Amino acid sequence: MSSATAIHDAHDDHGPSKGIMRWITTTNHKDIGTLYLIFALIMFMIGGAMAMIIRAELFQPGMQLVDPAFFNQMTTVHALVMIFGGVMPAFTGLANWLIPMMIGAPDMALPRMNNWSFWILPFAFTMLLSTLFMNGGGPAAGWTMYPPLVLQTGDAFPFMILSIHMMGISSIMGSINVIVTIMNMRAPGMTLMKMPLFVWTWLITAYLLIATMPVLAGAVTMLLTDKFFGTSFFSAAGGGDPVLYQHVFWFFGHPEVYILILPAFGIISQIIPTFARKPLFGYSSMVYATASIAFLSFIVWAHHMFTVGMPTAGELFFMYATMMIAVPTGVKVFNWVSTMWRGSMTFETPMLFAIAFVFLFTIGGFSGLMLAIAPADFQYHDTYFVVAHFHYVLVSGAVFSIMAAAYYWMPKWTGHMYDEKLGKIHFWLSAISMNVLFFPQHFLGLAGMPRRIPDYSVQFTGFNQISSIGGFVFGLSQVLFCYIVYKTIKGGQPATDNVWEGAHGLEWTLPSPPPYHSFIEAPAVK
Amino acid sequence: MAVRGAAAFSSLLIPMGASAEYGLNMTEGATSLSHEVYGLHMTILWVCVVIGAVVFGAMFYSVFKHRKSKGAVAANFHESTFAEFAWTIVPILILVSMAIPATKTLLAMDDLSDSDMTIKVTGIQWKWKYDYLDEDISLVSNLAPEHAKASQRNSGIDVTKIENYLLEVDNPVVVPVGKKIRFLMTANDVIHSWWVPALGWKKDAIPGFVNEMWARIDKPGTYRGQCAELCGKGHGFMPIVVVAKSEADYKDWVAMKREEKAATLASADRAWTKDELMKKGQQVYTTTCMACHQANGQGLPGAFPALAGSPVVKGPVEGHIGVVMNGRQGTAMAAFAGLMSDVDIAAVITYERNAFGNDTGDVVQPSTIKAARK
Repeated sequence: MSSATAIHDAHDDHGPSKGIMRWITTTNHKDIGTLYLIFALIMFMIGGAMAMIIRAELFQPGMQLVDPAFFNQMTTVHALVMIFGGVMPAFTGLANWLIPMMIGAPDMALPRMNNWSFWILPFAFTMLLSTLFMNGGGPAAGWTMYPPLVLQTGDAFPFMILSIHMMGISSIMGSINVIVTIMNMRAPGMTLMKMPLFVWTWLITAYLLIATMPVLAGAVTMLLTDKFFGTSFFSAAGGGDPVLYQHVFWFFGHPEVYILILPAFGIISQIIPTFARKPLFGYSSMVYATASIAFLSFIVWAHHMFTVGMPTAGELFFMYATMMIAVPTGVKVFNWVSTMWRGSMTFETPMLFAIAFVFLFTIGGFSGLMLAIAPADFQYHDTYFVVAHFHYVLVSGAVFSIMAAAYYWMPKWTGHMYDEKLGKIHFWLSAISMNVLFFPQHFLGLAGMPRRIPDYSVQFTGFNQISSIGGFVFGLSQVLFCYIVYKTIKGGQPATDNVWEGAHGLEWTLPSPPPYHSFIEAPAVK
Repeated sequence: MAVRGAAAFSSLLIPMGASAEYGLNMTEGATSLSHEVYGLHMTILWVCVVIGAVVFGAMFYSVFKHRKSKGAVAANFHESTFAEFAWTIVPILILVSMAIPATKTLLAMDDLSDSDMTIKVTGIQWKWKYDYLDEDISLVSNLAPEHAKASQRNSGIDVTKIENYLLEVDNPVVVPVGKKIRFLMTANDVIHSWWVPALGWKKDAIPGFVNEMWARIDKPGTYRGQCAELCGKGHGFMPIVVVAKSEADYKDWVAMKREEKAATLASADRAWTKDELMKKGQQVYTTTCMACHQANGQGLPGAFPALAGSPVVKGPVEGHIGVVMNGRQGTAMAAFAGLMSDVDIAAVITYERNAFGNDTGDVVQPSTIKAARK
């Protein structure tokens, strides 16, 4: 510790600038990581507020609070905000904070680009959210933006497209930075197969992002030219095909769902060994499983489109390929359970979230396997069963992993322990209300309730009310999370360097909080 | 058990309407295909339950047994090629055993040979049109008017008192039992999806393309469903009602529809009074126009234009007729020439020109519309 502090002191003369300019002009990976994480938390609360409006309207049949048009804007913008503004920036924030510290580097490889890739986001989302106040309202065709419906969007249309372009540019720059950092800045001795799994999963995620964000950009640009420049990519009347858009979109969209979950796999693979006090079981098979999932994610996209009328051979191919994803995903779950097996476990808040992740994400995986069965998907497709499925993998999957990461590394970042008691209350409130919120949606879907409807037949009332109550409790619990974060930043019991008894890895060799430039001298890795 | 548990749980929290039900599972449906799909669903569900029990059983055993507070000392094993191999191969075998029946069902679904009759289904914002290609009859199916009124925001109508709320139409699609019916799916404006759970599938209706699917319904009955693909503001308000009848009853229904069609055609030839047209026009407006242009004719600013004081409605009659019959490209305004009779079009135009304070005094006769079709 003393040597690292000495290095820190020696470099104070070019430390951060003061006040607001520190945050605007920063090129420091920790500052930028903090900006990303705070931005993600703000977006998570805004997107959550939209979900509250949705659940309030669905509390009982009949239209009470909003018009159907506004309801559709809420479902659309909720998804865009949560995916592109919540989960993705949160993972990028974690990558910024952790990757240099985990591989023994002083900072990210491309600091100025790092600054730019963050500062695009507030503008992109200000623009997206401003569409809600425009003539005709915000985008209302779903986050998938299927034509021809999306072409009926009012003044919001070009702003939506431009904001998506900006989000894409931000993600691509962030990914380039991650890849360059990992490839070039590892400490001597840190071979690829010695990297922490969080670094591995992010490396693979970054490649997925670079491969697919331009595809999304192409798809939405074609929408733009169809609307304003007289092209007919997606209009049958002009020789195009509306289904072409869906193929292009989901060629981006399916890898995207792994972009939202692979870093979560990495986080969980860091946390479970720490609190089981036992090395991760099957490290190399975890790396290979991650790579296999990434590869398979490129050849399963049309399982989102089983009902569009594909040739039989196409449906069979996409059904088989999708079922195959269960194999490497299963390997991961088995490895996590084997890591816990015969460990010496304690259950601090990060571990609670990690165990909930393994349990609940796997339930989402099971419903995913059910959805892969094409003939059964003809019933499940576009119902609340699908809504339940992807919220199990995204809320109790991606979001819970981010919560786990926040509790796990916050003492390192801030130098203060969080309030363990409040953390546990937050966990139990979130875990229980999340299930009250989303589990009944499986039943609603199976019983025949389509997704994205603002009003429903009376027979669906019971489970919708239970779901809404779960939703309100889940939403309020996250206010507690904001308070815990605030409290930890402000003060608390000082954290030791190692923070957790069983923690291993380079980030734990640095002081808490770590110096402004993480590793001025590369540490030796055995 | 689970049903009772859930109901008991929720009744603690909130008073429930007497009509609240807790449907838990997929319907077995009323066709051979829907039974197969139900079978696949239950099989894969139980496979997941069994795997889940094993995996979560091991995990929670470990969570309770291998904890530091109980004095557990961590082992140090962290690799086993045999284990990795085993939990790769076993899932693959399970998946193959699932893929075989799924493939069989899929092949059966895609076999459209030897169908007995064909119905073309057209999705339109926000209604369905059915053309019986072998019988030369067609009908347009809208959300039933009282449901449309009740679903207006703050309508003051207790929707729990309405039977089959949002799942009732003015004109159901009637089919015979025991026949292999081929459905052709297409759309006029945006993508819709035709879904009746009891038939075991949904299929997208895509503008400019035709999809096909089939059903053979076992027993007479009323089967309800709705649009499953987000299609705009009225997506939640375009239900489907299939009424399956015996062969004889179906024949009677076809004969009745043919008579109705002839009567409708004939009624266009006589002169209608303004009162008759206004009354009819209001009905048509409620089922067809109100979702966008609103009950008061004010529309929704930025999305759907107002009819009250509209230059089209207050302008020359020919322009108004043109918009209603031919629609507006790229908007939700459909071409109603193919969807409504001469009388309905004449009535609704007359209504729009005299309601909402427009008071033009114009009367459009069905014969004018008939002439405009030529």
